[in-house]
Amino acid sequence: MKGEVTPKVIKTVPREKAFYFFTSIGNYTGENASSLKEFMEKINEVNVKSLEFHLYRGDFEKWIAEVLEDKELAEEIRKLQKFNLVGDTLRKQLYTIILGHLKYLTR
Amino acid sequence: MTRKQRNFYIFPIKNNKFKHKSLSIGREAEITVKLKNNTVVLDDTDYKILEALQEDAKQTYMAIGKHLGIAHSTVYDRIKRMEQKGIIKKYAAVIDAEKAGKKTITAIMTVYTDPKESEKVAEKLCKAPEVLEVYTSLSEELLIIAKVVAQNQESLHDFIANSVAPLPGVLRIRTSIVTKKFKETQFLMANDPTKAKIYKRNT
Repeated sequence: MKGEVTPKVIKTVPREKAFYFFTSIGNYTGENASSLKEFMEKINEVNVKSLEFHLYRGDFEKWIAEVLEDKELAEEIRKLQKFNLVGDTLRKQLYTIILGHLKYLTR
Repeated sequence: MTRKQRNFYIFPIKNNKFKHKSLSIGREAEITVKLKNNTVVLDDTDYKILEALQEDAKQTYMAIGKHLGIAHSTVYDRIKRMEQKGIIKKYAAVIDAEKAGKKTITAIMTVYTDPKESEKVAEKLCKAPEVLEVYTSLSEELLIIAKVVAQNQESLHDFIANSVAPLPGVLRIRTSIVTKKFKETQFLMANDPTKAKIYKRNT
């Protein structure tokens, strides 16, 4: 619900619950994120293949919903799948959604 | 020591694995092995017994003795000695997993690690049931190479994402899924590469 900031959204989660960016099955890029802010920063840095891989597997929405417990943002990211975005367009869209959400949460 | 004698010094290292170092080349029949701190000498008959056991561990002492032209009591004594010294580690069935109804995929996983943490990463991998073999390698970077099995690609990814990537010291991972297996075997006395050299030199 809007306005209710759960601690997990702004806190850093433990290493074992961080998001690990892969480009394909079993191929870990070495990049990971332990908070939503860090996740947003990594969206701008990681290989775009990694964004495509995770978005269309539903990994982003799963992590955001289950680990960060932010169902609202998870739903927004899930909807992004319908547009079949790839490459830098996908990167920009993801970044914009998360930035907007973070601004809203920390206003 | 004669010029034709060939000695292998085997130094026990972790996990009962051994590092071989050959000193001189000679005839197969004169091969001896010494275990440092716990001297055991293996001669050609011992190697032939090991070869016979690797071919069929269920055959009787009598059958091995008959095949090698030695008494079954000799075979018994030598096998018992090699068991006690840990040269024969165990007797196990070699299973065809597919025929046994276990459909799995195999992958070769290369884990790039921080050198300070690589030992711990390798030890953790050894504890995972999904991991069959673990090796370290020093090329340009310190690598851990592991053979992994999983039920399918999804469970392979889950294992790597949830149990390997989060290990402290893991820098990145490259994984190749095996599509076709051409050969899979363990070290066989019959295929000993050092022995192959001897045959080449003698022919």
